[in-house]
Amino acid sequence: MVSPILELTNINKSFGHVQANKNINLKINKGTIHGIIGENGAGKSTLMSIVFGLYQANSGSIKINGQDIKLKSPRDSIINGIGMVHQHFMLVENFTVLENIILGFEGETFFGEKFEKAKKDLKKLCETYNFNLDLDATISDLSIGFRQRVEILKSLYRGAEILILDEPTGVLTPQEVDELFKILRSLKDEGKTIVLITHKLIEIMDLTSEVSVMRQGEIVGHTKTLDTNKEKLAEMMVGRSVLLRVNKQEIKKGEVIFKVKNLSVKDDLDVTRVKDVNLEICSGEILGIAGVTGNGQTELLEALSGIRKVESGNIELFGEKISDQDNFLNPRMLKGKGLAHVPEDRQRMGLISDFKAHENLIFGYHDQEPFSKSSILNNKEITKYSNKVMQEYDVRPNTPNLITSNFSGGNQQKIILSRELNENPKVLLVGQPTRGVDIGAIEFIHQRLIDMRDKGAAILLASVELDEILSLSDRIIVMFDGKIVGEKVNKNVTDRELGLLMAGVA
Amino acid sequence: MEFLSDIASLINSTLRISTPLIFAAMAGIFAERSGVIDFSLEGKMLMAAFVAAVGSYYLGNPWLGLLLAIIACVCLSMLHGFASVTHKGDQVVSCVAINILIIGLTTALAAAWFGQAGLTPTLTENQRFLEINLPFADALREVPIIGIIYSDILSGHYVFVYLAYLSVPIVFWIVFKTSFGLRLRAVGENPSAVDTAGINVFTMRYKALAVNGVLIAFAGAHLSTAVNANFFREMSAGRGYLALAAMIFGKWHPKTALIACLLFGFTDALQIRLQGVELPAIGEIPVQLIQALPYILTVVLLAGFVGKAIAPNAIGQPYIKER
Repeated sequence: MVSPILELTNINKSFGHVQANKNINLKINKGTIHGIIGENGAGKSTLMSIVFGLYQANSGSIKINGQDIKLKSPRDSIINGIGMVHQHFMLVENFTVLENIILGFEGETFFGEKFEKAKKDLKKLCETYNFNLDLDATISDLSIGFRQRVEILKSLYRGAEILILDEPTGVLTPQEVDELFKILRSLKDEGKTIVLITHKLIEIMDLTSEVSVMRQGEIVGHTKTLDTNKEKLAEMMVGRSVLLRVNKQEIKKGEVIFKVKNLSVKDDLDVTRVKDVNLEICSGEILGIAGVTGNGQTELLEALSGIRKVESGNIELFGEKISDQDNFLNPRMLKGKGLAHVPEDRQRMGLISDFKAHENLIFGYHDQEPFSKSSILNNKEITKYSNKVMQEYDVRPNTPNLITSNFSGGNQQKIILSRELNENPKVLLVGQPTRGVDIGAIEFIHQRLIDMRDKGAAILLASVELDEILSLSDRIIVMFDGKIVGEKVNKNVTDRELGLLMAGVA
Repeated sequence: MEFLSDIASLINSTLRISTPLIFAAMAGIFAERSGVIDFSLEGKMLMAAFVAAVGSYYLGNPWLGLLLAIIACVCLSMLHGFASVTHKGDQVVSCVAINILIIGLTTALAAAWFGQAGLTPTLTENQRFLEINLPFADALREVPIIGIIYSDILSGHYVFVYLAYLSVPIVFWIVFKTSFGLRLRAVGENPSAVDTAGINVFTMRYKALAVNGVLIAFAGAHLSTAVNANFFREMSAGRGYLALAAMIFGKWHPKTALIACLLFGFTDALQIRLQGVELPAIGEIPVQLIQALPYILTVVLLAGFVGKAIAPNAIGQPYIKER
């Protein structure tokens, strides 16, 4: 009989009117890897933040090794052997690895003896787990994968017995994921307990021995991983059966309608982020861009959609030159020529979060009939139209008057899609269409994109989710350091192959 | 020889004039490194000048005046913290409010207590700080070079001048070589990282503001109980803002901030020296233009000479723990 190392009883937590956790009961056994899966907003991170002492539960109790404990701050949790690797790393970027790790646990007022001892201890820990970290390196010089190791090392140094990881693989390449999983397995073999929060089914099946499923703030099921499968888990997460694969017909490729020649683009700091990129997209085709975040995809999409100036090279739409270094068409003019853009950063570029849904739905078309006449908005028409498209795109709740930020990520994305797809664009540029979007909505969004392709649109899809690239694209290019480092027709391509290209190795 | 003594007196004035700037810049470093903007250096300096003068007048001891000034400035820092750290108000607005409040308050209190708007009674020698002559200063005066450096430049300053230059290495050491400094810098860069390390972000910022209050009090006391023998209306005369500029120019680093303060102090000293002097080929420069020199320099330096000053990452942002 294994005893639970961590036991949560009747945990409740609400933020204002939103109940993030309802009557959570959870037992986590010592020395296991326990998965917690659920859609975005299901309350996984909130629950773990309570365990880490960052948030305080409204009611309920927490036991560690059978002892009732109160966790009033992260300090209490750390002392009780709980460590957490957050989704957004909690590191000070201009500090060294060592400084980040000892922060809060310096052990002395003036740096001296303990500082040196910490360094020695950490070196040993690094060797034990094969972390390969330079303790004097500055965080901002480290890759994402290494920053994550710093976070893990930080928890271990502070004596964590239970290590919570919140969506640890979201920003990693497949190879980095392998490395991380290796580390987690070896930690488990050492007798540490690991709690893995994720929305990726494959990780649960790969790594965990037990899994708890959360939906809308509640735990809807516990099971041994061996007794379940991906389909069953997905159904539990969403509350209905979900299609995990995209239904896609054979490609009916048309003519080349969008062409990019020798394109280079600089970012705001005057660094060249896109280097001599050439690509062509045919009508009826989805071209996927794979790559780790920050390898020029953002700047490429911005240049193609007319938001960012082109440094050199040119862009052609239907054989007509639309942008080069001397002049470029602005997004509004491009829209008129049949080019639509779903920006990567939904909150910043896609929507005005404080506006009502119906305002965002017509934004960009607001000066056209029937939405306005002689510069005066026609609210009746707008509401009528909004009701219609919100139904069509299954935006929930179907309330055009609701402030946009009150919709979930998936529904916000549907609002953008409905706006951009409404005019049946000939070229569609899509960045991270399902980032932070729940499984149910992903299914819907993917289907819409496939429909657009089947109707003859040329689609450029940039995504850091390899699964998404692999399941939607007809052709895949990989970007690394601003350059296209590989192009593959999407037949029997594996994520391993792409992963090597993404890391700039192959 | 006259040229040499001119230079010596110029350097001497530079050291003296830079003193309040240095205290204020060091105070600013503590607040801003912790992520709290401090435009209220100006107001606090004025408050300290007033409280030090009044305290010293009634209590008969300038050190007690300084102590009261410290208490007053720490209170003002706490007020700033209460508005902008605890209640997450806009930090700039809070500072502006403090500055305006202090200008009015000091003038009004002076009028109520002493019958003169914005003026406190002149302090006697016992009630103010006097210049300190270093040992053997007179004996060494005639020795070439050393005499000038020791007796004419280094000796004969108020205690605050020495303290200001002493404060720079101490601040450097605290900020970069102690665990308090590590936490201070971390809380201004990424407060979430500090919170998850089990340190209270709010407490950290209040501590930083308390140190800020102590340091700025020295600047004010220097003005009203050392250089001058009373408080007069708006006597801080923009030094708080100038110090803030020096701190930014010095990239939130004590050493470079010191250099910036000295530069501003030097232009001010030069400005005083140049008044009424006929320069060859140019003639006499209008006083107004010369007086504007330090400020012109500020604008020019900040506008481009220094390169991009990178502020602490989380500066100006109140820490919100729960969404």
